[in-house]
Amino acid sequence: MKTILRLVIFTIFAYATAINCQSKMVKIKGKAYIPLYGRDSMKVSINDFFMDVYPVTNKEFLAFVKKYPKWQKSNAIKLFVDESYLRDWKSDTLLNSNQKLNSPITNISWFAAKSYCECLGKRLPTVDEWEYVAMADEKMADARIQKNYNAFILSWYEKPKSFNQTIGSTFKNYWNVYDLHGLVWEWTSDFNSVLISGESRKDVDTDNNLFCGSAAINATDLMNYAAFMRYAIRGSLKAKYTMKNLGFRCVKDDKTN
Amino acid sequence: MKSKLCILFFGTTLFFGSCNKASKAIDKTEFQCPMKCEGDKVYAEKGVCPVCKMDLQLKSKPSKTVAIDFISDESIFNLTSKWNTEEGKIITLKELKGKTLVVVMIYTTCKAACPRLAADMRNIEAKIPTDYKNEVNYILVSIDPKTDTPEKLKKFAIENYMDDNQWTFLQGTEIGVREFANVLAVKYKEISPLDFSHSNIISVFDPLGELVHQQEGLGVDNNETIKKIIETVNN
Repeated sequence: MKTILRLVIFTIFAYATAINCQSKMVKIKGKAYIPLYGRDSMKVSINDFFMDVYPVTNKEFLAFVKKYPKWQKSNAIKLFVDESYLRDWKSDTLLNSNQKLNSPITNISWFAAKSYCECLGKRLPTVDEWEYVAMADEKMADARIQKNYNAFILSWYEKPKSFNQTIGSTFKNYWNVYDLHGLVWEWTSDFNSVLISGESRKDVDTDNNLFCGSAAINATDLMNYAAFMRYAIRGSLKAKYTMKNLGFRCVKDDKTN
Repeated sequence: MKSKLCILFFGTTLFFGSCNKASKAIDKTEFQCPMKCEGDKVYAEKGVCPVCKMDLQLKSKPSKTVAIDFISDESIFNLTSKWNTEEGKIITLKELKGKTLVVVMIYTTCKAACPRLAADMRNIEAKIPTDYKNEVNYILVSIDPKTDTPEKLKKFAIENYMDDNQWTFLQGTEIGVREFANVLAVKYKEISPLDFSHSNIISVFDPLGELVHQQEGLGVDNNETIKKIIETVNN
């Protein structure tokens, strides 16, 4: 009898965690580190914060647009989203048959992602916060020096259609966070702090006029091609853009500090 | 059959051609009877109405600063963030509705590009005909809301001869500024306290808050921008 009871409790518990796991957050212990871009190897300090374990899923975003109809694809205004916003959805509140409930949500704009996080009392991570967590592999908080780690990330960049996979299908890193590499690119709150115009025709010397002080920005880690690619992507984005392989996850400040 | 199609085609072109002519005529100065005795009939010169003998009046254009409730999908007035002005007022962007807006993002502790950007704004303002003065609002938004308090902005305004009514300085929240910059496609990054990298873009919005023009770079030829501002006011 006791064992049955235990089994039942265990099953309920396991089931409950399975339901909750999508929006589960873990604590990230902050520290000062040197990101890819910074002046004279300038360190940025990261405060403690909580990060979503997984990227936001189709299922979660579906629940969000049901609650906030202004973010449904026929209602979202042009200032905040481009034409391909939620393009593959069958309707305002229906996914397409080939879209899995627990695949990461993509084709969302920065405005939509920001609003989603805010409605949950969270926010988007900053570039520095995201990069800080993303430099960890399974065992180390900073795995940037590991050759095979960079190779692993770069091999993902070559893999097609990884956005069709489900959350949790890549590795769990040092902070117990999944899917930072290998699934989708992710929005950051200050992606527009990356000062590359992103358009090859524009990235010439005359463009210096467009930016004040841009000469002060250097790459501190020229070996880090993978990070270079992420910064390049961010530099090319505009906030209303939506892309098939661009999703997001939320973070929250640690109020106990 | 072919000839019929041809005639139809020719007829249609003729129709459109005449249409264009008609719309061109409206651009000129027009005089109209205040009583509209002859309906919408207009005259090219001053005179009296042949029906009621009243003096013809300059056909009045609708006032542009009139409050319009409709906001389109692409209007920046959809943003709900709150801002402090240099005069200490708290406003939302919607309250800027009704005038053509010329917008730039700066920070007052900036030593390199911002004085030039401010000068670019002053040059644009100086080239806009005085008749249009009340139709255009020049907005300077701080990308450093922590440092640029309304008092600092007011001081900057006075020092840079930008304290008249047509100049407005805005201090927002950090999130509000990021969002606004994203709408303008302005990029910026704090490289140390009091020092930022940022793109140098001057944007023109119509009275309903829709983006009509962006001038990129420092000290560039502003003729195109001025043309767009005048066009926007005239629309």
